[in-house]
Amino acid sequence: MKHFSQDISLVLGGAAGQGIQTVEALLVQVLKREGYNVFSSKEYMSRIRGGSNSTEIRITNKKCASFVERIDFLFALDKEAIPHLEKRIGTKTVLLGEREKTCGLSEKCQVIDVPFTRFANELGNPIYTSTVAVGVALGILQADERVFEKYLQEHFARKGDEVVAKNIEAGKKGYAFGKHVAYNEGIEVTIAKNKTVEEEILLDGNDALGLGVLASGCNYISSYPMSPGTGLLTFLAKHKKEFGIVIDQAEDEISAINHSIGAWYAGSRAIVTTSGGGFDLMTEGVSLSGMIETPIVVHIGQRPGPATGLPTRTEQADLNLVLYAGHGEFPRAIFVPGTHEEAFLVAQQAFHIADKYQIPVFILTDQYFLDSIRSFPEKDLQILEPKNHITKTKADYKRYALTSDGISPRGVPGYGEGLVGVDSDEHDEQAHITESADMRVAMHKKRLGKIGAIREEAFLPTEIGDVKHADTVIVSWGSNRGVLEEALEIVGNKSIAGLHFHQVYPLPEKAKKLLTKKKVVVLENNAGGQFANLLKLEYGIEITENILKYDGDPFFVEEVVIRLKSLM
Amino acid sequence: MIDKKLYDMPRETDIAWCPGCGNFPILNIVKMALSELDRAPEDVVICSGIGQAAKTPHYLRVNYFNGLHGRALPPAIAIKVSNPKLTVIAESGDGDTYGEGGNHFMHTIRRNPDITNIVHDNMIYGLTKGQASPTSEKGLKNPIQPEGVIVDQFNPLAVALSLGATFVARAFSGDILQTKEIIKEAILHKGYALVDVFQPCVVFNKQNTYQWFREKGYYVDENHNRSDKMKAFELAFDLDRLALGVIYQREGKPTYETSVREGDEPLYKKTFDKAALKNLINTYR
Repeated sequence: MKHFSQDISLVLGGAAGQGIQTVEALLVQVLKREGYNVFSSKEYMSRIRGGSNSTEIRITNKKCASFVERIDFLFALDKEAIPHLEKRIGTKTVLLGEREKTCGLSEKCQVIDVPFTRFANELGNPIYTSTVAVGVALGILQADERVFEKYLQEHFARKGDEVVAKNIEAGKKGYAFGKHVAYNEGIEVTIAKNKTVEEEILLDGNDALGLGVLASGCNYISSYPMSPGTGLLTFLAKHKKEFGIVIDQAEDEISAINHSIGAWYAGSRAIVTTSGGGFDLMTEGVSLSGMIETPIVVHIGQRPGPATGLPTRTEQADLNLVLYAGHGEFPRAIFVPGTHEEAFLVAQQAFHIADKYQIPVFILTDQYFLDSIRSFPEKDLQILEPKNHITKTKADYKRYALTSDGISPRGVPGYGEGLVGVDSDEHDEQAHITESADMRVAMHKKRLGKIGAIREEAFLPTEIGDVKHADTVIVSWGSNRGVLEEALEIVGNKSIAGLHFHQVYPLPEKAKKLLTKKKVVVLENNAGGQFANLLKLEYGIEITENILKYDGDPFFVEEVVIRLKSLM
Repeated sequence: MIDKKLYDMPRETDIAWCPGCGNFPILNIVKMALSELDRAPEDVVICSGIGQAAKTPHYLRVNYFNGLHGRALPPAIAIKVSNPKLTVIAESGDGDTYGEGGNHFMHTIRRNPDITNIVHDNMIYGLTKGQASPTSEKGLKNPIQPEGVIVDQFNPLAVALSLGATFVARAFSGDILQTKEIIKEAILHKGYALVDVFQPCVVFNKQNTYQWFREKGYYVDENHNRSDKMKAFELAFDLDRLALGVIYQREGKPTYETSVREGDEPLYKKTFDKAALKNLINTYR
């Protein structure tokens, strides 16, 4: 008898184009509707067909949002999935696949022959393999078959009755097989369901960010495709009609950012999305935004560099790039969501801060975060209600009026009697070129002075556990919130707590005391400890240890637990 | 007609151009054209990049976006899309438009936004002191190629035509009246309009002078068929004699701003639709 209780990791392995994504999409939806907590993440190769990719779906009784190394059930849809995931296959792993694809592994783990192809062929088309696989998984879990059937009905309705009927048949075949095989092989899975989960919303990081961008009143995007930043462009393009969004596919990233700054100048609310390499090209525009005090919001989905790096994998190594991008000195803000709810929130805050202070603002995510799917209650999406910080101009309007708070009311051309000029040269109050040293100093002080108020508005980090009474504080930022929360819970030691930042610049003054007189350990997906260095610089604190990973994968819970235990 | 004086800057404005510079007449021509076309200063935006020509918007009273080197066109498109009611002009030099901004030049033409692109073409880099520009003639001696330019000259008119530009013209800053008419037509044209204006650099270009241009330039005659693209190519490729006037025009091609958005309400008037967002969030259940 093999018993799996309250937390299983189900991994789908196969080539690109084999339907892993379809299985994932169906499975997480059905499981959520049945009241299971799910968290799904994926790793894939930079190619359109072939290769070896995998998706991990965690099905748990409690909420979790992290990646584990352990595989409980592996659905191998092709032969390459096994060598690709070999290191993660343990004696407890149950491997499901067609006999010829799994041969030779029976000594290492339990192998179950699942004739996916035969089932699909019986239905007349290999396309049904995906639905069969979903059925097998649900059968093993002994999930409610009616919920599954109802979902298939809804999901395939657009494609006509025949497709619906065939998929239901495929699902039933798989389900019956899964239930039967679990019984025969003595596999038992018990995971408590939760009624409230059924009503939750289920989405990936990309869509959570996209919804936040819509909530910010964004009506313009100009971007050049680059993984993993393209998802946001696609999301906004999909919803352009309902929300009246202008979608401009730029000829290059230089155009994208200059175009978007032009849109803000004329009164639109624009964002650009890219990845590190594309952002390299945009840095002149960042500096322009700083000088002409015209807002811009930039989303950077990070992936490992330098150069082309590992195009489809994950890393957090572009913090320094964003922190220092653009020549000259000017204020900026950087947001780094750690959860889907935070992505929704920081997108709105990014627009708010950019607009109010007339500065460039960045949202840093990464491949792992953007591709991860989980559910949560809708009420956790906080809508801030966007406010447009523009002013109707009078005839004597001065774009760069020197004011006590450094914010010159921002007019837009055609709104009011005044003329609105902006100038990338150093300029006077009327936006005309100047080389006056006094004016230069006055303007520079005005621009730089805004950082104080931006810092006042900075988000406080999230405390995980009892930070005040802990000796050691583990700091994370961006996508590592989930793994830190889970590892801390597993370790369960009161002397260690966590602190997660969803804004990394400027850092809130108030959070400094949480890290003073503590052992500070910083967990991040890069080799240089970039956030650790920023904390040293900003807070003047010492960092005791770095926990770093830069192989293209996100942190596994298991490895973080080992590192935390070694600190005790 | 709007009083031309309305576009004038205060008399004490310090203009950074050299005495005799071909930019002065262009500045005057733009003011005349705007005044004759009745475009109020607050409804006009001039976008420019960097260089001597790109300083133009500082010397007349309109809205302006003086951005980065080579980047006059991307913000110009965005401004037109954000508020189609504005008259948008992108005005920069040959280096800025065809060199540093070459990629934007190509792809702006493909989009066909209703903007006017006035290129001050002096066939040299003035502000950086006399290096070759994309439109410099082969063999032109300059500080970086003392033996003369070794690469082929960029042909803006032929490039624009090949990319489907809907209005292509060449003008000469030494001829105020005719150039003004060409620029007025360009502003009235619904779509992207290129006006390459020859404008001598009296300090650094001793080869392509007022005199040189007067000898080479000639106006296309009244019977020139503007919709004949092959004829337009023939004129564009002829570098021995330089055709002046509107070489090509095609009307009726949809503009970018009408294709990429609905209506012409300025986007700054748009309000947040919370109900639509709530509906969309609901689909994730």
